[in-house]
Amino acid sequence: MDQEFFEMLAMPLFDQLFNLAQWLTGNRTDAEDLVQETYAKALKGFRSFEEGTNMRSWMYKILRNTFLTSRTGLKVQNTVLLEDEFDGLDFAAHNITPEFHLLRLENSHSVMNALAELPVPYREMILLSDMEELSYKEIAQVLAVPIGTVMSRLSRGRKMLRQALLAGSPGRSTHAM
Amino acid sequence: MQCNYAATMIGAYLDGELLPDQAAAVQEHLGSCMHCSSEIAEIARVQRSLRSARGHFAPSAEFRRKVQKQISRPRRRNWLIWTMPVGVALATTILLTTFAYIGHARRSSAFAELADLHVNALSSTNLVDVVSTDRHTVKPWFQGKIPFSFNLPEFSGTQYTLLGGRMVYFHQHPGAQLIVSMNQHKISVLIFQNSVDLGGALAGQAAQDRRTSFGIEGWQSQQLRFVLVSDADPAGIDNLARLLKQVNQ
Repeated sequence: MDQEFFEMLAMPLFDQLFNLAQWLTGNRTDAEDLVQETYAKALKGFRSFEEGTNMRSWMYKILRNTFLTSRTGLKVQNTVLLEDEFDGLDFAAHNITPEFHLLRLENSHSVMNALAELPVPYREMILLSDMEELSYKEIAQVLAVPIGTVMSRLSRGRKMLRQALLAGSPGRSTHAM
Repeated sequence: MQCNYAATMIGAYLDGELLPDQAAAVQEHLGSCMHCSSEIAEIARVQRSLRSARGHFAPSAEFRRKVQKQISRPRRRNWLIWTMPVGVALATTILLTTFAYIGHARRSSAFAELADLHVNALSSTNLVDVVSTDRHTVKPWFQGKIPFSFNLPEFSGTQYTLLGGRMVYFHQHPGAQLIVSMNQHKISVLIFQNSVDLGGALAGQAAQDRRTSFGIEGWQSQQLRFVLVSDADPAGIDNLARLLKQVNQ
């Protein structure tokens, strides 16, 4: 019964999980591996899922943890994060010219490119918040960080994304880690 | 105004993550701070364009099947193995029943039509077109009217009396109908060519149409098909059938 129940809950999330996986890994093959492993792990640990809680967050958490232990994920872990609480950077967004809006912000293609180039800790934050529309609380659960970290890292990620769009180049440009 | 504090607060405000009093404070601040009001507009803009990240990558149907198969219960396949033959058997039964029913329906509709010919003759003001108890009168009457010939037995000395004959049509084919009386009952002897499709009416020996409760007996003799219809008792019909068979072999 557990298995069928799991299938019933987990399969509707398949498209979303795959999309998230490819955003994290950056390619289809790794995304498929990641999703497959996520489902296998989730099925195995389905007993630990508390009925009535958020299945989507639970699956995201498994996917994200699985990703961190993968080849690509390990590389990410080795990169040094700017301290999350640091929020002193000002990208001088107020200096942005009107062209910025017209040419970059409105162009979802360049936004997608910039997002793909964002360092994973910020990328996943934006994916979970702006793409998946998880609440801060849910994101904090998925990433196992305090809500304050979610807020500052998200804010920072958004700034980096805008900066990347403004520069028209990958997000690691001026403020590399 | 430098609003380092407000950067996270503005984002949280936009995301609807602030408590009511915090939200009110940010709102008030936005009304007075140019920097922050342009900031929030831009965050909102980027946020909007980020929506297209949703569903940006789609899994292949093949991959979905692979994972689905992996997580679905293996017992399900056993279940399939068990139910498939049952399903097939069930489907076959339904099919056969349907065919049998169709066959039966065709047969009973042929029965009904033949019985109609009998009833029609009995209710007609002229029961027969050729009125004669003499088989030597009745038989020649049909010459030129029907494309075949038949023999009649000698009825004298039997319980049957030939009343006469008339022409009938069954499915646009001409045939002979002889009316024979047995006590107070009338028996129709219907004779058609072999090529005429009488449905399954001839399939069995004697049968009774449940709806009309007429007894019907049919058989085939060389190129002719005989059908007897009557409300007489089956033995009476059977006996007449035997007499007819004897002279039409």
